[in-house]
Amino acid sequence: MNTERSRGRPLPPLVRSTLAVLLAVMLVALLGPGLSPNDGVDARFDRILSPPSLDGAHYFGTDDLGRDLFVRTLEGTRMTLLVALVASVVSLVIGVLYGATAGFIGGRIDAVMMRFVDSLYAMPFIFLVILLMVVFEQNFLLIFVAIGAVNWLDMARIVRGQTLSLKEREFVAAARLIGVPTGRIILRHIAPNLLGIVLVYLTLTIPQAILFESFLSFLGLGLQEPDASLGTLVAGGVSTLETAPWVLLIPSSILFILLLAFNFLGDGLRDATDVRARRSPSS
Amino acid sequence: MLRFALGRLLAAIPTLLFVVLLAFTLVRIAPGGPFDAERGLPPEVEANIAEAYHLDEPLPKQFFRYLGGVLRGDFGPSFRYRNYSVTEIIADSFPTSLLLGGLAMLLALVIGLGAGVLAALRPNTFTDRAVMAVAMTGISIPIFVVAPLLVLLFAVSLGWLPAGWTAQGGGRLVLPVLALALPQVAYLARISRASLLDVLGSDYVRTARAQGLTTAAILRVHALKPALIPVLSYLGPAVAAVLTGSVVVEQVFGIPGLGRHFVTGALNRDYTLVMGLVILYAALIILLNLLVDILYGVLDPRVRTQ
Amino acid sequence: MTESQNPRRLPLFALLAGVVVVVVVAVLLQRDGEAPDVAEQNTLHRGIGSDPDTLDAHKTNALQSFTVLNDLGEGLMADDRHGALIPGVAESHVVSEDGLRYTFKLREDARWSNGDPVTAGDFAYAYRRLADPATAALYVDSVTAIANAKAIIAGELEPDSLGVTAIDPLTLEISLEQPTPYFLALLVHPSMHPIHESSVKAHGDAFARPGNLVTNGAYRLTGLRPGAIVELERNDYYWDNANTAIDRVHYHVLPEPMSEYNRFRSGELHITDSVPTDIFEQVREDFPDELKVATSFTIYYYGYNVIRPPFKDSPELRQALSMAIDRDVLVEKITRRGEQPAYSWVPPGIEGYESAQLSFAGLSQQERTEQARRLYQAAGYGEDNPLEVELRYNTSDTHQRIALAIQAMWREALGFEATLINEEFRVLLANMQAREVTQVFRSSWKGAYVDAHSFLTAFESDSPSNLAGWVSEEYDDLMQRAATQTDPGMRSRYLEEAERLLLIEQPLIPLYFYVSKHLVSTEVAGWADNALDRHHSRYLSLPGVAGGG
Repeated sequence: MNTERSRGRPLPPLVRSTLAVLLAVMLVALLGPGLSPNDGVDARFDRILSPPSLDGAHYFGTDDLGRDLFVRTLEGTRMTLLVALVASVVSLVIGVLYGATAGFIGGRIDAVMMRFVDSLYAMPFIFLVILLMVVFEQNFLLIFVAIGAVNWLDMARIVRGQTLSLKEREFVAAARLIGVPTGRIILRHIAPNLLGIVLVYLTLTIPQAILFESFLSFLGLGLQEPDASLGTLVAGGVSTLETAPWVLLIPSSILFILLLAFNFLGDGLRDATDVRARRSPSS
Repeated sequence: MLRFALGRLLAAIPTLLFVVLLAFTLVRIAPGGPFDAERGLPPEVEANIAEAYHLDEPLPKQFFRYLGGVLRGDFGPSFRYRNYSVTEIIADSFPTSLLLGGLAMLLALVIGLGAGVLAALRPNTFTDRAVMAVAMTGISIPIFVVAPLLVLLFAVSLGWLPAGWTAQGGGRLVLPVLALALPQVAYLARISRASLLDVLGSDYVRTARAQGLTTAAILRVHALKPALIPVLSYLGPAVAAVLTGSVVVEQVFGIPGLGRHFVTGALNRDYTLVMGLVILYAALIILLNLLVDILYGVLDPRVRTQ
Repeated sequence: MTESQNPRRLPLFALLAGVVVVVVVAVLLQRDGEAPDVAEQNTLHRGIGSDPDTLDAHKTNALQSFTVLNDLGEGLMADDRHGALIPGVAESHVVSEDGLRYTFKLREDARWSNGDPVTAGDFAYAYRRLADPATAALYVDSVTAIANAKAIIAGELEPDSLGVTAIDPLTLEISLEQPTPYFLALLVHPSMHPIHESSVKAHGDAFARPGNLVTNGAYRLTGLRPGAIVELERNDYYWDNANTAIDRVHYHVLPEPMSEYNRFRSGELHITDSVPTDIFEQVREDFPDELKVATSFTIYYYGYNVIRPPFKDSPELRQALSMAIDRDVLVEKITRRGEQPAYSWVPPGIEGYESAQLSFAGLSQQERTEQARRLYQAAGYGEDNPLEVELRYNTSDTHQRIALAIQAMWREALGFEATLINEEFRVLLANMQAREVTQVFRSSWKGAYVDAHSFLTAFESDSPSNLAGWVSEEYDDLMQRAATQTDPGMRSRYLEEAERLLLIEQPLIPLYFYVSKHLVSTEVAGWADNALDRHHSRYLSLPGVAGGG
């Protein structure tokens, strides 16, 4: 891999600015709750659904139990990032290895491997997750596992599809012709060329994981109270959309910023690593 | 091609069996049963019910009883809608989901692919940024926020369109289809843009460019077809998911589609309905994936369908 | 690749895309469903929440099914718009001195929706079918009052031995196991409506489907789409058809209160099944005339599992937790819909019955909290040794908010942190019935008839609804005495005594009595609030609509 080249080149401004946004959000999410005098769990019935104000340091207002939304939103952001990152990394590692192997080796092994993926794929995801949540009593870890466990299927399919078309390309054929071993071809020719699509997919996966976590919350199958995520906050805020819009709008804005940032980051990184530039003829 | 398709369909049988077994196991180890209620039942009554619905038999026996029924084309009566067979319920709600999902997917394909190609042809320009920003907005708001917002805006505030399904008059499809299509547009735009950019950067395209071909010609001759491969990979499962309905959209608009059965079926422990839905979904996925693989071959003759 | 050399290919793509967009837009905007004509206008559109599971009255225990069945059928007795008992198919009845034998005289003009006369045999058949184990009926509460019913359900006697006799087509005699003062009220319930025997014989289980279902009420079933709609039309054969104003009733399945509310707001529903909790104040402001809130015959409570620690044998601890909850805050700040704080198990408003009260009902919350602290400490808990307890509730916004509020109240008053566990409904039901992992759990109880017995029976030792696992011989004894008592005053005293005992032992925390809440369009006339929250379509009318007045 021609890594020196991408390392040597400065990151494009879009990537830098989205990275800055993401870092800022993370920093605030990490440090913010400590700076507030409130604790996000303390329900106060005399300040239910009060709008954002400096009074009492409820910068984001309070929810329908009088809990401070500033602290809850930031803690929720932290939780959301954690869920999304872990789930995405899990799916990335399993998916790329599985997909590239199946696609490149091909033949019977590919058929068997993809059959397994197909079988899991053929299960309706919602059904699977609901029952997992029901059977395992909404265990927090399972949210990671469930999301990661299904997204790797996506990744594997995409990677395999791409590998199939890559391995028929001239440069791979040439490498094969001159007897480069399979593992080396996967590593030197297939994997680097997968990077573009994998990166785009990873940046699709993080927001997908975040969105899916919020969907679970919408169904009431998300995190257990008093823990919060952006998903549970947004799902809880939908019903007061007309009477107390800040309960919905603030967490969903942060969710929106996060998702946008991850998406733009993906695009920016993709251009930065520049697949075109790295496709060197086989040595 | 035909032999390939038939072979794949035969090979799908173990997949289906695996899916059925997994679903049966999961739904049956879930605590609680279809007849539980806050008003408890006397033990004799419970025993009578268990007997009437064969719930007192050992699970393997129940499984094979179910499988036997399925092989005869009988998916059993629903546990929730006790006067209706699972087949009837699916036959009743699937067309609605097909219509909505089909329209949404068509719309999404045209707009999404169009936007993706447009952006890929002018990378890092204002057009690219604008298209992608709109697309990303589409995937950055959960559908359960978008759908109520659409209702609030177009139905309640403006009064242009009906808020729900059984309303008389036209236009009842618009909001649900929009809500369904929005995220798909965004995903398709992103994937097609990324994939087309990849292809446009490949050696043979650069060669073609060096030979002096115009962009339009390059797209036609070299780029579009291979660029569609990742899009196809995405479309297989996405189409299956969209056609089988969205629980959120159906809940918000009160649409009698298939999607909410996936959730309520599982929550109501409607064993037979859930199994029927799983089989339907699995069959759909298998068919669509087969179609995708065939199309791979069409788009790129070098990808052989062995 | 030769075919792709066609230079017009790209515009063709664009053309194709354009056509697709045009087609999609055309389909989207087409007027599906013709404009409603005048004949269609006298139609009442009601929300019904989730849909009926079956319209076989014996095989359901879903409230939604009963709502529809109340429009479709009629029992020996009926209820008026205020919920008061009135004659139904039986125009008169005689009760024997010992209260064990009821003789009903059926009205001659009672007809099924296919024109057949409604006979005493139809009732006898229905009641035997309800008790028959082969039917596997879900809602057998009503029939168990009749002689031999329990033995038949248990499979010990033949269904024929049930204490019902059709003396002639218009005379029905029913023998009871014990004097049951509320027996007439039981006959109103759809599970005690007659069933058209020949259509069951002809169609088997499918007799309850549209096209097959023959009923004897003001309406008949014309259509049903699971998950969507139940359609009823006036039954021209109904004996009181002249007084039915509305021709058609459409029950719309809308499980989400918010989408139901939106449908109401855009004028597509006349009556909603519920009102979204979170925007209740807004609704009250926007629809002051449409909003109907009435105290309902239902209690929201937390149960203790009293067969396992920490609540086994510790009424003091149970009382402490109950006292620490500020019910006023709960109804004023959390539920906010006009609910009544509950200090008893039986709701108020039952004639001739004086509900017992929790001992601390008269104290201020501050006094309660102080006493609660003492009791809590006396039970061996304190700052260094806080109570560890799990509170289970089923997944729902309202339950969650209440649980969070109560968790906060316990934290504030007693200093312990309850662990909240939100479980999917059926998981919670299974756990409550098993009584193994539960400690404190949320539940509710709805009376089926306006009598204290319909509440108190839930805590009899052998009651399947006794989720606390509370066993008291004294309680059972009092209930039994009440059951055999024919003097209404004496009977009430026994029941009151039983409730008093329940509230001393406290296997539960009464929290509040529900309110029923609906939005009723001002176009609808004849609506009346009532405790059982029954609003039969035949009492309603649409005066502004042609033919609906």
